[in-house]
Amino acid sequence: MRSREVNILKSIDWWIVIIYTILVFAGWVSIYAASYNFDDSSIFDMANRSGKQLMWIGLAFLLGGIIMLVETRIFESYAPLFYFLMIGVLAVTIVIAPDIKGSRSWLVLGPVSIQPAEFGKFVTALMLGWLFNSYNFNFTKPRNFIKAAAIVLLPIVLIILQRETGSALVYFAFIFVFYREGMSGLVMIAGLCAILFFVIGVKFGNEMIGSTELGAALVLQLIMLVTIGMNFFFTKSVKSGWIQLGIMLLLDIVFYIINSYIMVVNFVFVGMTLCGIAVIYCYVNFLRTRSFKYLTIIIFTVASILFSFSVDYAFDNILEPHQQTRIEVSLGMKDDLKGAGYNVNQAKIAIGSGGLFGKGFLNGTQTKLKYVPEQDTDFIFCTIGEEEGFIGTTLVIVMFFVLIARLIFLAERQRSVFVRVYGYSVASIFFFHLLVNVGMVIGLLPVIGIPLPFFSYGGSGLWSFSILLFIFLRLDASRMETYS
Amino acid sequence: MRKNYELEKRKFIIGGGMLLVCIIYIIRLFTLQILSSDYKTFADSNAFLKKTIYPSRGLIYDRNGELLVYNQPAYDLMMVMREVKEFDTLDLCNTLNITREQFDKRIRDIKDRRLNPGYSSYTPQTFMNQLSGKDYGLLMEKMYLFPGFYIQNRTIRQYKYLTAPHILGNIREVSKKEMEIDPFYQRGDYTGDLGVEKTYEQFLRGEKGVEILLRDAHGRVKGKYENGDFDESPTPGMNLTLSIDIELQQYAEALMANKVGGLVAIQPATGEILALVSSPTFNPAELVGRERGKNYLALTKDPFKPLYDRAISASYPPGSTFKLTQALITQEEDIITQNTKFSCSHGYVVGGFRLGCHAHASPLPLVPAIATSCNAYFCASFRAMMDSKKYGSIQESFDKWKDYLVSMGYGYKTGIDLPSEGRGFIPNSNFYNKVFKTDRWKSLNIVSIAIGQGEILATPLQIANLAATIANRGYFHTPHVVKGIQNNELDEEFTRERHTMVEKKYYDIVVEGMAMAVTGGTCRRAAIPDIVVCGKTGTSQNPHGKDHSAFMGFAPKDNPEIAIAVYVEQGGFGATYGVPIGSLVMEKYLKGEISPSRKYMEDAMLNANLLPQYNIRK
Repeated sequence: MRSREVNILKSIDWWIVIIYTILVFAGWVSIYAASYNFDDSSIFDMANRSGKQLMWIGLAFLLGGIIMLVETRIFESYAPLFYFLMIGVLAVTIVIAPDIKGSRSWLVLGPVSIQPAEFGKFVTALMLGWLFNSYNFNFTKPRNFIKAAAIVLLPIVLIILQRETGSALVYFAFIFVFYREGMSGLVMIAGLCAILFFVIGVKFGNEMIGSTELGAALVLQLIMLVTIGMNFFFTKSVKSGWIQLGIMLLLDIVFYIINSYIMVVNFVFVGMTLCGIAVIYCYVNFLRTRSFKYLTIIIFTVASILFSFSVDYAFDNILEPHQQTRIEVSLGMKDDLKGAGYNVNQAKIAIGSGGLFGKGFLNGTQTKLKYVPEQDTDFIFCTIGEEEGFIGTTLVIVMFFVLIARLIFLAERQRSVFVRVYGYSVASIFFFHLLVNVGMVIGLLPVIGIPLPFFSYGGSGLWSFSILLFIFLRLDASRMETYS
Repeated sequence: MRKNYELEKRKFIIGGGMLLVCIIYIIRLFTLQILSSDYKTFADSNAFLKKTIYPSRGLIYDRNGELLVYNQPAYDLMMVMREVKEFDTLDLCNTLNITREQFDKRIRDIKDRRLNPGYSSYTPQTFMNQLSGKDYGLLMEKMYLFPGFYIQNRTIRQYKYLTAPHILGNIREVSKKEMEIDPFYQRGDYTGDLGVEKTYEQFLRGEKGVEILLRDAHGRVKGKYENGDFDESPTPGMNLTLSIDIELQQYAEALMANKVGGLVAIQPATGEILALVSSPTFNPAELVGRERGKNYLALTKDPFKPLYDRAISASYPPGSTFKLTQALITQEEDIITQNTKFSCSHGYVVGGFRLGCHAHASPLPLVPAIATSCNAYFCASFRAMMDSKKYGSIQESFDKWKDYLVSMGYGYKTGIDLPSEGRGFIPNSNFYNKVFKTDRWKSLNIVSIAIGQGEILATPLQIANLAATIANRGYFHTPHVVKGIQNNELDEEFTRERHTMVEKKYYDIVVEGMAMAVTGGTCRRAAIPDIVVCGKTGTSQNPHGKDHSAFMGFAPKDNPEIAIAVYVEQGGFGATYGVPIGSLVMEKYLKGEISPSRKYMEDAMLNANLLPQYNIRK
């Protein structure tokens, strides 16, 4: 075991540091612009949010410096301790946190308020790294998969109990890490399918064509298509794939003709029949080849059908009314310009009015007039869009992508599984925040209140993202040390 | 080291997926920002200003439909900093009656984000609130001289009768905490404080409406959005009908003037409160308008504590009014019958213990014992219950006794629909175990509670509730001051009958005793011509000064229409102030006027001033 390298400055990845610095200062300037009023306030004024953010940034750099001095082994050895401490704090928060607009997630310690859920991310990432690096760990064993899933689900449950659904959602970013570490790609496909079926099911759920409920019929056809696709690519049974595709097209055309000329057909039943045929076909193949892949397809098809029929129920009964409206707004089913759609519509107006070059720094009117809610926190991307235009927004997205790509590159070059898993976690969390926050502001995703890293105002958020990143930098800087 | 090259390829899938999302977002931004010009025009002309339209607050009526509280327009002077141009500052100051320094300070305060976190130079800020009608008139003539200043209409409460502040309550601006708890409230909104304004806030406040206006890039209002199709009109608050009889209330307040204490009158059949007085009282209009803060502070500093609602919050020793509960409990528990007699030798004497009593015939059965308020009778019967073998121990007999009182509304809040009700105090056996530091205490140690002294305490409301319960011969309704809410049913809690643990037949005997007290006992002054009155005096010892004077009663004896309790601090004998005030209020309610033979008593009560005798630190 070699001693720690003397000159850590040389082994730090300066690319990341530079991108980080650009992002936090761009964020700082944006916060100033978002809360600017044409009055007298200076960007350094501590009474304003920009002044406070500058203080948070200074402290974040200080924190980065401290993290650089920490012995790397501590992060791995103490990961379980950190993790269970954090779980304890999250649980305690539910009980002792004051109720702030329905959420119990802020711990008030004298003059400062912190949100423990923000700091849970890096601790959970460390814990996952620890688990994957443990002796003889094989992710394909169900037992280990359950362990890893439990590590992620425990904080999710606690954060949902704090009524911070948005923050809890971020933990689903770890699915990318699971995938990288060997989770079956089928899970990812199933997840994508679930989202797709949900969107189509809800969006066309109430549209009737003849006696056919459009949503259900479309979803069933899609399920059939995916089933056929799996026949082609998963079991590589090309022949049965063609046969099923043929049956599908034939039946659809026949019933289309019947529907047009003879009698009204409910295509939901046609879809059901098709899926039934596919299931029987796969079962026959299973009996013939004894390949469990066919059983997997059957499970997928049946589960998809059950899922698509429970979508309506879940949407109407499990989601709260404001969540339903947010989803309906982002699917373009509702305008609701006064309620849930108001924010998104105002955000779109602000961004859209920016044009190519934007209106110029501090010249945005939409954000100034406080039309856009949360303009210096969750909706800060609006200010960038309005004042810096398409150039500014694109630059921000590109910068984030470069950061994420660089993180993945660095993660892959690690010799230690611990650091690789941690690096992927960092990249995934940043990506997830970018995906949800920007997607919400530009009206592609429903309104979910999570911040844009380094841009949204707030000490807890900035610190948690900085710690997340700096720990990885620290681990990466020591990658040449004995970790084999 | 483990490297799995099959898995390492997945970095391209993950990275590629993330790249795809970024590209989709950039394409979306391209369409939003460059391809579509709609949003630019939107931004120029289609920016919303959501303006809240405040509903009018519900009105408050008395039981006879007399309007008590209504709304009056008030005017706030608003300013939009960006739109203020050169103007004659001195002229504005003179019109508003303020100095130049005050003007400058106000502008500084508005701009100071520490004091005014939501400040924006584009949005209206309150410069001065609740202008008087006169200032408003003067200002409106010159408004065109002051660009950037606007008048915003609001409503404030007006009181038609300057009375009953503890029942009516008032309104004030919401606190930061209330805004956090209930998202309905915005900065500067009003909410009910004290009285029914507070308890019925949810009904009175109504639903806010919204008007959507369009503004241009400079923040100027350009008219309504979509001709107001998306506007929502406000829903006015619901009106309340109180059970209070405002005429009776004013009369009772006049009688209680210059005395410290409480008075509660209840309609026994319904539990509706007819009058509720806490004295000294104050003028509810003092808590309206710009002077509210100053007046409120003065009221909190007043040594007589007028804000304190003595009628429902103050705990007093109930004195001899409490003997009626003893008569009921010991009968129900078969400790005595109406024929049981106890002797009285000018007091209750056991060994060296002596509790005095006044001169009357002895021994007496229950009915005359009530009428003469014999201390010895109730001490003896109380001890007989405490020491009875049938309960096992004194602790168990005491707790049984306590349960009876709780069923009669003592020891806990009655649940009246007014804020800050007190619960009085009825101890349990555990309390005495702690006080005496042993569980071997004797009935003689606590005997004084049988006559309403010692540890037990009750609010005037609880005493009035006892009167109503006896008037009903065994049950009461939770006392309440709101009789009806527009379009709403009254809470079931206020309509159900709450029966005590004592049977009706024992109540009948107690009623006889109370009637006899008026015809030939301690409260002869309560008698009203042509009406059979039932009453009971109370004179409770006060270690800090003169005895408190109390009275409870109801009338008429059959089908009672009013039950009452009066408590005058340091008023001496019950018969001195309690009895006359109580009977006058009953007479006023039942007959509408005071009979000539009792005018002298009315004058004496109206003019009596006890304030100088109270030993209050100023």
